[in-house]
Amino acid sequence: MDINHFLASPAETTRRTGPHDKIVMSSRVRLARNVKGLAFPGWAKKAERVKILDAIRPAVETLPQMQNAFAQSMDNLSATDKQILVERHLISREHAAKSAGSGLVVNRDESLCVMINEEDHLRMQALRPGLQLKQAWVAIDQIDSDLEKRLDYAFNSDLGYLTACPTNLGTGIRVSAMLHLPGLVLAEQINQIIQSVNKLGLAVRGLYGEGTEALGNVFQVSNQMTLGETETDIVDRLNKVLLQIIEHEENSRGTLMEKKPKMVFNHIGRAFGILANAHSISSKETMNLLSLLRLGVDLGQFPGTEKSLIDELFIITQPAHLQKQFSEKLGAEERDVLRSDMLRERLLRVSRPSTKGIGGGATGQTN
Amino acid sequence: MQCMICKQNEAKVHLTQIVGDKMQKVDLCEECAKAKGVNDPAGFSLADLLLGLGASKEIEETAGGEELKCPRCSFSQADFKKSGRFGCSECYQVFAEPLEGLLKSMHKGPRHVGKVPQALQKSRDLFERLKNLQKKLEKAVTAENFEEAATLRDEIKTVKEKLNQVPTT
Ligand SMILES: [Zn+2]
Ligand SMILES: [Zn+2]
Repeated sequence: MDINHFLASPAETTRRTGPHDKIVMSSRVRLARNVKGLAFPGWAKKAERVKILDAIRPAVETLPQMQNAFAQSMDNLSATDKQILVERHLISREHAAKSAGSGLVVNRDESLCVMINEEDHLRMQALRPGLQLKQAWVAIDQIDSDLEKRLDYAFNSDLGYLTACPTNLGTGIRVSAMLHLPGLVLAEQINQIIQSVNKLGLAVRGLYGEGTEALGNVFQVSNQMTLGETETDIVDRLNKVLLQIIEHEENSRGTLMEKKPKMVFNHIGRAFGILANAHSISSKETMNLLSLLRLGVDLGQFPGTEKSLIDELFIITQPAHLQKQFSEKLGAEERDVLRSDMLRERLLRVSRPSTKGIGGGATGQTN
Repeated sequence: MQCMICKQNEAKVHLTQIVGDKMQKVDLCEECAKAKGVNDPAGFSLADLLLGLGASKEIEETAGGEELKCPRCSFSQADFKKSGRFGCSECYQVFAEPLEGLLKSMHKGPRHVGKVPQALQKSRDLFERLKNLQKKLEKAVTAENFEEAATLRDEIKTVKEKLNQVPTT
């Protein structure tokens, strides 16, 4: 089956809602597991990796949660398809670089995704919209308990689940959330927040994980330590920190609207102006400006426009999604033109940002 | 730019490595670079990047000059220095000693306290029960309570049989 027929359209997926989804775009819990006695994927020779994949794939595919799932070996996916999966946050960039001997299983509603032979034999993750770390943990814990009956896990009572990299040792868990924080960025408080989050032993990364830029004011917050703490303690700790970040983001939006509404309106107005009128625009600029439009929707500047439209544009303007809509191979410049065409077309029905009754003081009257 | 280690001095040593498809940068002042033995960019190790500066050195020092190698997958200490990852789950036994200090600095604690595979949990529970029964048996024998001792012996026998049936993980 073609992955593009399997995946729900971005128009559909962005309509899924969850608690605090104005600020928390999604929650994710990932577990790393390995099979005893077999070389880790990074050290195994290709023939061995293929054998490992053949052994693990049926164990995953036959899970009750994986009925009607999409399962494929990475060498059967085109470069564009792999990139689409990255843009949907279903697989890591590292996994997209894999080929024969690595595989992927995604369940019907895209809430569970198992990468086989990424850095570890198994990287399984549960995804939820909004802030739902506990629900994601419960879902992946269940998958893991079912899988341990089918596979002989590498486990040691002192060190826990044994992983290729000692940084994942123990629980093998990474709990993370994707946060949209334009308020903290505009108020120039984001670095302070990142520093204090780092001090708590948590990592802050960009949109596509490790070593990536925070495009579109989207940040990923996750645990770093995996040994010496239980899974539920890690989930609870991150949950608490996230609730605090949400509060800080809300506060800085409130303060900005009270003290510097003109600055905020200016950013959002200009973002709308460019997105709705440009004739060539890069993916990076698009994401950064869409972030401001998303803030505008949250602030009530675009009555009648749903946040889901902005989130959809966020996905479909990315390079692989854009490429997929055209049969011939596009160059970066052609993509920039086609991206702007799409944005102008989709923003036609969105009226220009209103400032009526929004923000502090008498600024609303200038509209 | 500030030094990543002391967070005080100006960073003068800049190292960049390509790891897979991503780029990692390290910026250090001259003193910290020297102290961590990374003044030679060519000899810089990925283990240090991934696990914290000084990781490869620590492994080397604890190993005491002897080159460790996994008998199962032939992964060596030099391989670890290069990649910062292990070859197979058995490598953890080979590198257990030098890894101990590293894990302490990297994680919340040196021992796993989280989820345990059910099969293993079951044998742990049975083992606890066996220890309890054996204590009770000792008491019963001392108290010359032979009837109870006989019942306890039967119970111990059943638990032992069950323990043998549980697959060890
Ligand atoms: Zn320094
Ligand atoms: Zn090994």
